[in-house]
Amino acid sequence: MGTWPNAAMVDEAGLLDRFRQGDVDAFEELFRLHQRAVYGWVLRIVRNPAAAEDLTVETFWRIYQARGRFEASRTFEPWARRIATHAALDWLRVQRPESELTAELLSAQSRSTADPGVTAEIRVKTWQAFMRLPPRLRVAAILAVVEEQPHKEVAEALGISVTAVKLRVFRACRLLRKDLERQGITP
Amino acid sequence: MSAHEEDRIRELLRQALTRVVAESKPAPEPGIDLWPAVLHRLDGQPAAQDIQSWLGWVRLGSSWFDWALLAGVAVVTVAFPASIPLFLYYL
Repeated sequence: MGTWPNAAMVDEAGLLDRFRQGDVDAFEELFRLHQRAVYGWVLRIVRNPAAAEDLTVETFWRIYQARGRFEASRTFEPWARRIATHAALDWLRVQRPESELTAELLSAQSRSTADPGVTAEIRVKTWQAFMRLPPRLRVAAILAVVEEQPHKEVAEALGISVTAVKLRVFRACRLLRKDLERQGITP
Repeated sequence: MSAHEEDRIRELLRQALTRVVAESKPAPEPGIDLWPAVLHRLDGQPAAQDIQSWLGWVRLGSSWFDWALLAGVAVVTVAFPASIPLFLYYL
């Protein structure tokens, strides 16, 4: 994710303490500090601005509900990111692949790429094959490969080890290759 | 799958799906202020639960026998107010 704007500049200890006690004003302050970062993180996963807004609301609702479980020794950011990732995963699990024929597919069709060997048809079939992957593999691949997030951050967000992230990315690539081969495309 | 093949798939993936948040661009922001929606969600949840539990009770208690029993108890308590402590005892 990289930067969580303003968060580092604010001493959050007192704020987090008040938040844990259910102070809504403290919660609003935390929300103002982190909403942009949470939204950006969720957007990376779901790639749909409207859904990302809904999921940001859902994430902060979950954060407030779970405030009693927040450990004072931890920082807010990774905790929020993990909750946001799980909210996004829940959303992906109930989406049907065909319902995600979004602007991204059209963009994949029309995009001019640096590699002239990759035709629009290959890009679209790759995109479609990617949408058929299990959501947990999709999230690992999208964050680690497409969005180029550090494996450590992806691991924290998913609540798994760095090795498990690498394994999920490898499995995603293997399934993608098989799917593309079935469609007559040899990567 | 060889490392070369994996690299090739990764590259295909990057070409099929571009980065939503580019490092060079400012972080994306929601189109609207989401705090009112969060507040609404926080405020609305208990009320929604209350309504649901009420509706659940109505659904559960909507069989004719339940309503007949309730009516019978109401008639008895009106006709014989002295029986109220007895009902309360067995509640």
